Amino acid sequence: MTEPKALSTPLDQAASLRDNILITQVDKLIGWTRKNSVWPMTFGLACCAIEMMATGASSYDIDRFGSGPFRATPRQSDLMIVAGTVTNKMAPRVKRLYDQMPEPKYVLAMGACTVSGGPYIKYGYHVLKGVDRIVPVDVYVPGCPPRPEALLEGLFRIQEKVAKERILDRNRVGARPSLLVE
Amino acid sequence: MSSEAARTLTPVPAGLSRGRMLDQDGDLRTEEMLLNMGPQHPATHGVLRVVVRTDGEMVIDCEPHVGYLHRCFEKHCESVSILQSVLYTDRLDYLTAMGNNWGFSMAIEKLFPDLVIPERAQYIRIICQELNRIASHLLAIGTYGMDIGAITPFLYCFREREKILSIFEAICGQRLNYNYIRPGGVAYDVDDRMVQTIKDFCAYFRPKALEYDDLLSKNDIFIRRTAKVGVLRPETAIQYGCTGPVLRGSGLARDLRRDMPYGIYDRFDFDVVVGQGEAGALGDCYDRYIVRIREMEQSLRIVEQAAAKIPGGEYRSPKIKGKIRPPKGEAYTRIENSRGELGFYVVSDGKDIAYRVKCRAPSFHNISVIPEISRGSMVADLIAIIGSMDIVLGEVDR
Amino acid sequence: MDRSTLFEKLRQKFGPRIIESDENGLVPSVRIEPATWPELAQSLRDDFRLDYLSCLTGIDRGKGQGLDAIYHVERMDAARLSISVRIRVPYENPVIPTVEHIWRTADWHEREAYDLLGFRFEGHHNLVRILCAEDWEGHPLRKDYKSPDTYHGVRNNVV
Repeated sequence: MTEPKALSTPLDQAASLRDNILITQVDKLIGWTRKNSVWPMTFGLACCAIEMMATGASSYDIDRFGSGPFRATPRQSDLMIVAGTVTNKMAPRVKRLYDQMPEPKYVLAMGACTVSGGPYIKYGYHVLKGVDRIVPVDVYVPGCPPRPEALLEGLFRIQEKVAKERILDRNRVGARPSLLVE
Repeated sequence: MSSEAARTLTPVPAGLSRGRMLDQDGDLRTEEMLLNMGPQHPATHGVLRVVVRTDGEMVIDCEPHVGYLHRCFEKHCESVSILQSVLYTDRLDYLTAMGNNWGFSMAIEKLFPDLVIPERAQYIRIICQELNRIASHLLAIGTYGMDIGAITPFLYCFREREKILSIFEAICGQRLNYNYIRPGGVAYDVDDRMVQTIKDFCAYFRPKALEYDDLLSKNDIFIRRTAKVGVLRPETAIQYGCTGPVLRGSGLARDLRRDMPYGIYDRFDFDVVVGQGEAGALGDCYDRYIVRIREMEQSLRIVEQAAAKIPGGEYRSPKIKGKIRPPKGEAYTRIENSRGELGFYVVSDGKDIAYRVKCRAPSFHNISVIPEISRGSMVADLIAIIGSMDIVLGEVDR
Repeated sequence: MDRSTLFEKLRQKFGPRIIESDENGLVPSVRIEPATWPELAQSLRDDFRLDYLSCLTGIDRGKGQGLDAIYHVERMDAARLSISVRIRVPYENPVIPTVEHIWRTADWHEREAYDLLGFRFEGHHNLVRILCAEDWEGHPLRKDYKSPDTYHGVRNNVV
């Protein structure tokens, strides 16, 4: 066994520091930590929810990207994946769930129905034509339903957005328009 | 309030004045509470809302509220052409979209007086429907385990389910909403390599059923949570129009594939699985669960038989081309979907757009029996009961 | 009992109150007036043991014609003897006596038919909307239905 080399000279000390010290911005550090623990809400509405479940299950395993813990309550979640058709009867509930989530919060519209009404856009008298009419949406994932890979890609876009955020303009409450159902 | 009084839903007796601590039976008086379960709740399988009246931990009464996913299916069918309507049937029971396609196509085909569906199409339909039934039951079992606290079976079920979905993806390009079985046949042909893949899947899946028995069916905690809970008597089931595994779990061997064979189901050898009350009571949650487990095996038998002798030839009838214009008339057909009898009533006035389509959805009726069988049970048992019904809100609300 | 015996016995029992019967069509059915329905339903369940109400279809036949209600009743055994009962009611006053006490499943069927087509089932204990929101206006499956432009301030129509 060789003894660890004593750091005798200042040059050696500097070389050692290079391996142990990381200089970064606080914004970047916090962004990096936050982006890898985006907790979604268990919020299945229709067919897309099945693909969302598949994303969480064995083959696709959303856990690899830090979004495994699907929370059953909005108060513990950061991300609302609106998976499935939102109807007029359900819309006030979706809005209330969004309001119950703590800031900062993100919304991912999954599937054609939540993006624009999808196949129900013309004759669906009871279907909300796009969830962005009641809550602000960060990322749209089209498809009917989108594949799990597509949902993961949507999650990466959310992560990008989270990573770029600066603490100073964190106060998103005022920055976001308030859209009301009532 | 004693438990017997709660079962019969008697109103609180007038003699119980304010401030008395005990009721007339000498029990400590408790207050009733109205609980709102859903529409966003992790255990209601979608957007079901159940209003529960509880007394402590006991359910006195409950009422399901549906309609949070009402997507106007019937309006779409009378607004878009018949071929386009097949797309909307996918989104009824999105876990068994093949069955929905088939049910709707069968109603349209019945309107044509002498339409013969080619042999090959019949075989492909049966293979797809039964594989889809397996996939649907797998999801039902997985999520049921998750509802009452077992996470692992969910992961195993999805592993197998993904294999079936990749077969469907190769056949028709979609994982969930297939739009594959259409009036007159199927949309695309299946090649020989695909048939071999299906045979390989059968060989792979057969020993897996034993794994579920080890994971769930013989799990002591699982049995305690489901045995003698939510007992559904067969006459109640018929009164409420329950069908499928819910009815068969109560011990009645009613299966449309056997009773009024459609397609070519009469050529295959399979058993109708019924509940036997092996966990304690006939028609409890465990019986409904075990029927699904054993039905997967029967479906596998049908797939094996069909894949072994699938004939060549046409995969769709040359008679139906382009716009589908059925003759004037009305038809009502039903098929045995994975949740029960799926019926379609079609009224045609000779145009390519149907005049009226009514869908008889099995889950809509299975869900309506929940208040009847959950009175007097614990709140935690209500989760087990709703899970054992295996409802899909897409077809409840349509 | 097969289907022809059932039709024969029904014709004997109800005579001219069965307006029209179609035994060999795609949907074997009898047509009756709404007033006959409770008695016929009771008889179907008790005398012929048709214990399973499979489906209730409502059809809007257009302004001059009226609304049709079609009940599909069946016996839950291996033979599956079944019959459909057609009832036509006027457009302005679509009233049919309820049968929820005969087949419990009729409860939800009738609520749905009320919600989407505006049938009124006399004697139903809780005839409220089941699929659409509670404050929804109109009956969507009527042919002259126009979907609302806004619902609670949110734009509903796109095209």
